[in-house]
Amino acid sequence: MPALWIFIAVLVLAVLGFVLGRQRALAMVDGDSRHLHSLPNYYGFHVGIWALMPALLVLAVWLIVQPMLIDTSVKSMIPDTSYTTAGELSLVMSDVRRVADGLDLAVERGALTADEAMSLDAGATDVRALLGGVGVAIGSDVQPAVLEAAQAYRASTATGNMVRTVIVLLLALGGLGWALSRTAPDFRARNSVEKATLGLLIAAASIAILTTLGIVLSLIFNTIEFFKLYPASEFFFGTTWAPSFGGGSELGILPLFWGTFYISIIALAVAVPIGLFAAVYLSEYAGPKIRAVAKPMLEVLAGIPTIVYGLFALVTVGPMLVNVFGNEGALGLGWMSGGTAVMTAGLVMGIMLIPFVSSLSDDIINAVPQAMRDGSLGLGATKSETVKQVVLPAALPGIVGAVLLAASRAIGETMIVVMGAGAAARLSLNPFEAMTTVTAKIVSQLTGDADFASPEALVAFALGMTLFVITLGLNIFALYIVRKYREQYE
Amino acid sequence: MYDSPKSDSTVKHAIKIAANKVQVFYGDTHAIKDVDVQIEDKTVTAFIGPSGCGKSTFLRTLNRMNDTIDICRVEGEILLDGENIYDKRVDPVQLRAKVGMVFQKPNPFPKSIYDNIAYGPRIHGLAKTKADLDEIVEKSLRRGAIWNEVKDRLHSPGTGLSGGQQQRLCIARAVATEPEVLLMDEPCSALDPIATGQVEELIDELRESYSVVIVTHSMQQAARVSQKTAFFHLGNLVEFGETSQIFTNPKDPRTESYITGRIG
Amino acid sequence: MTDATVQPGAEGRPAKSGSLLEQDARTKRRNAAEARFKFYGMAAVGIGVIFLILLLVSIVRNGVPAFTQTFVTVPIYLPEDKLDKSGVRDPDVMRKVTTFGYAPLLDDALVKTLEENGIEMPFAKPAKLRDMVSSSAAAQVRDTVLANPDLIGQTVDFKLLASSRVDGYMKGRVTRESLARDKNLDAEHLDIVDQLHDLGALERSFNWAFIFGSDASESRPEQAGLGVSMVGSLFMMIVVLVLSLPIGVAASIYLEEFAPKNRWTDLIEVNISNLAAVPSIVFGILGLAVFIQFAHLPMSAPLVGGLVLTLMTLPTIIISTRASLKAVPPSIRDAALGVGASKMQSVFHHVLPLAMPGILTGTILGLAQALGETAPLLLIGMVGFIASNMPDGVAAGFLSPNSAMPAQIYEWAKRADPAYYERAWGGIIILLVFLMTMNIIAILLRRRFERRW
Repeated sequence: MPALWIFIAVLVLAVLGFVLGRQRALAMVDGDSRHLHSLPNYYGFHVGIWALMPALLVLAVWLIVQPMLIDTSVKSMIPDTSYTTAGELSLVMSDVRRVADGLDLAVERGALTADEAMSLDAGATDVRALLGGVGVAIGSDVQPAVLEAAQAYRASTATGNMVRTVIVLLLALGGLGWALSRTAPDFRARNSVEKATLGLLIAAASIAILTTLGIVLSLIFNTIEFFKLYPASEFFFGTTWAPSFGGGSELGILPLFWGTFYISIIALAVAVPIGLFAAVYLSEYAGPKIRAVAKPMLEVLAGIPTIVYGLFALVTVGPMLVNVFGNEGALGLGWMSGGTAVMTAGLVMGIMLIPFVSSLSDDIINAVPQAMRDGSLGLGATKSETVKQVVLPAALPGIVGAVLLAASRAIGETMIVVMGAGAAARLSLNPFEAMTTVTAKIVSQLTGDADFASPEALVAFALGMTLFVITLGLNIFALYIVRKYREQYE
Repeated sequence: MYDSPKSDSTVKHAIKIAANKVQVFYGDTHAIKDVDVQIEDKTVTAFIGPSGCGKSTFLRTLNRMNDTIDICRVEGEILLDGENIYDKRVDPVQLRAKVGMVFQKPNPFPKSIYDNIAYGPRIHGLAKTKADLDEIVEKSLRRGAIWNEVKDRLHSPGTGLSGGQQQRLCIARAVATEPEVLLMDEPCSALDPIATGQVEELIDELRESYSVVIVTHSMQQAARVSQKTAFFHLGNLVEFGETSQIFTNPKDPRTESYITGRIG
Repeated sequence: MTDATVQPGAEGRPAKSGSLLEQDARTKRRNAAEARFKFYGMAAVGIGVIFLILLLVSIVRNGVPAFTQTFVTVPIYLPEDKLDKSGVRDPDVMRKVTTFGYAPLLDDALVKTLEENGIEMPFAKPAKLRDMVSSSAAAQVRDTVLANPDLIGQTVDFKLLASSRVDGYMKGRVTRESLARDKNLDAEHLDIVDQLHDLGALERSFNWAFIFGSDASESRPEQAGLGVSMVGSLFMMIVVLVLSLPIGVAASIYLEEFAPKNRWTDLIEVNISNLAAVPSIVFGILGLAVFIQFAHLPMSAPLVGGLVLTLMTLPTIIISTRASLKAVPPSIRDAALGVGASKMQSVFHHVLPLAMPGILTGTILGLAQALGETAPLLLIGMVGFIASNMPDGVAAGFLSPNSAMPAQIYEWAKRADPAYYERAWGGIIILLVFLMTMNIIAILLRRRFERRW
């Protein structure tokens, strides 16, 4: 029975359990619900939950664990001679799965009987043609070992699925029965249901942890794989980035770091002064009318998706900069040869970050108590003196935090650099040259045609790991500073 | 309690501030109605009255702190040494250097004690050299009656002081800009009785060089520190006169009710 | 009061004797600095607003032309001997005639149109004329004929898509000069285009296919539309909504109402605020590694995209949901507990309904963020896939490969063809209309239900 049907069956059992539990509870007190400890529905929910939860839990675990177990056991069946690297093994395994799926499909379509499918012989039948007939294309002729493995795969999957169906359904029935047997007028059904609900709430809250765990694990495992194939020291200290999918790549992260850093600096150089001055103006000078217009307008900038900024960089800002700084540009400087450049991406990213910096700084400036301003103004300071010498120094930690958060955004930004910065990894000081960043290379290494097990694709995980560690460090530090700052004035 | 030299209240001093027909509006609310009052130099004038009577509002009109509130509007004239401070040509910044202010809650800047005091002299350019500034800081702290307590830690943050010390620091800070008038908005309401006593003593000493205007909700305090008292009620100046006369022989029945505790 | 020994004297007031009515030099200087500072602030706000306007103008100017398309109306004769030799009008039989069989009909029709209108034929080969219409034109004629075999033998007026160069010429994107380096179209074609336009046989009209149609291959920008990827986005948003709303609300309720103050809770809190700031591309890596490599879910499927975006928007939704739960005053909880409700009942019966408008507002804004997100979708294969077919069913909608609006826009921008740039800008207009609608709904919701406690 497929998992979906089991799921539906369990759901039906749960609903049934609800009805039975409710009826049983009411029947025990002759329909007078005042003699029950809890409302009748709680008895229903109690039985329903017991029918549902253990069964679904086991089903979920089973769905994850069974393929892993079968994979390992089938992997051991494949002869060592048919592969040399882990990458080839994973290719063979995906062939095995395809063949197995194809056989399933063939049986379903009636091209084979179930028995035929089990006793198929790679020498006697053209399995490739057979599977092609049901719409499953296999890259090459099916090796006997692969077919054998696929058979084993099918067999253990079938057994596993059977056992799964039986166990899950038994659990659902058992849970239902047990919960039903506990139903009694003085049974505290509500407390029991609430405990289960609390468990669900906790599970939901833990998803955040699971996500982080997922991120960390997927990055770490693949990064370790990568460092097995490519030395870590060359990755961290190499000054050349030249992946070639044929092998012999040079994968030094330094040029990518430099590009990331350079673009972020330009972005911050645009966003921080403009954002900060805008925040100061809006919170200290602007009247309510100007604030009511200008603030939402800046916030619109923040709500625009990054793909729009990317296209803006690629199609509008890049050519505009070339017109000014290019070979035939207005200034005749000849600094810029193409529209994609560090300057293009940095400038556009700066625009994107303006509202981010300004709204964070606005919050922080507003947290400075009015008494500070009064004290300064009462001494005869002008507003700007008050801002520069009292408000901003008082808000400094918070503003530093905001700038760090903006820096972390800039480092992690992808679409703008993919579209606006270019693809060439270089260590150059000229901001009008194309350079590339860590994020842009993650995209290009994972969307290319490379095999996932090759160093050229795995390097993306090492890049992602580096990116994650840097931004996480920045975020934790920045959030810590901001929180400390807030506490100071609370 | 200590003895206040009340005896010299009979000495006539020059008029420092004269308010004529002052009206203050907050949006549509008429907060101050037709107030006429004359504040003398080298005198402590107390504004008393129930909460929300407008005494703090009126105090803030005297150095145009109300300008920082968008919806606030002032009519009438307030003359400081004969010049209308609401004249278009008057720069509030210059005015506030002459009319200093101390606030209800001590509000030292998050800077060192030294920098707190030096802030005003620096922005007004009162010191030419570092030595000048050092001198001003010391003089102001002495005048704020806090020098002995902080002279060994001038460069530690002003926010680290106790409440009473902070308030005396704020008074010293206000004094440092060499004002002619000192406005105090309930300067002791956030302080304990001992700190209050110290600040009151200080106010009495400050009277020798400045015209001091103090808003207080405590009648005892007004009686202790002031020579003149103004009683505000519902935005009106009900009665203004010698402190001793207001407290012993009020002319207006409302003043009497307030002083005897029937309204407030 | 031993401190107050320094007697203030007349020497204490040097610069203060001046009149208030005139500013001294220092005050003038300080006021100038004040004015400068204020100006910087205004300039900063102004620059921000100018950037916004520049961006919007750029979007509208470049994107609006994508909504119209140039069409050529040509009468085409559909001869029986070429299209249906058997004469039985059976579509299955007629299918044997491929688009190559239809192409000559187009040529004939175009030549005839020129002759009838007295336009000079500048080319030796009639096939050269066909460059003016989209390469999809033959397929369009074929599809029409197969859908309605009775048309055979008649002359039918077809409204054919003009080729992207002709369309670009009509929109001012392509000029005779730019064609000099372009092998796809000649200046002579443009002469014909001009004359056909004067005759009314060639005109620009609103192009619904851009909004509802499907993507086309790289060489046919005139045919590409956003419709299929819009469906992809829709399915993704369904996944995001169905998962992130209940999970987000449940997590927020736990953290805000039940969580004891301990290490585990602290860890969750720090985690959530950090996840909200993790670069979106990292979520793409997570999706690739966990959902595709580990769980073997299909590449490019909206289900996977939705799962990734759910994980990405959850922190945002949790943060805003907690804020709205926090805004419900404790007195409400106390009131419920006071009449004997359990903690759980007080939360679900009283606190949650009161916080609902705020939660929905936050969720809509989270969805809007997810709708515009591109980077993680690149890694799970939603770019590079040509979304040419509508999914045939709900299950297929979730599981079969598709694109999403922002991914489709990126894909078009990547094709580095001005005609596709125009479509990318047009796509952005559609995307922004969606985002704007969602934001307006959120704002209205907030206005309508906002409560001040």
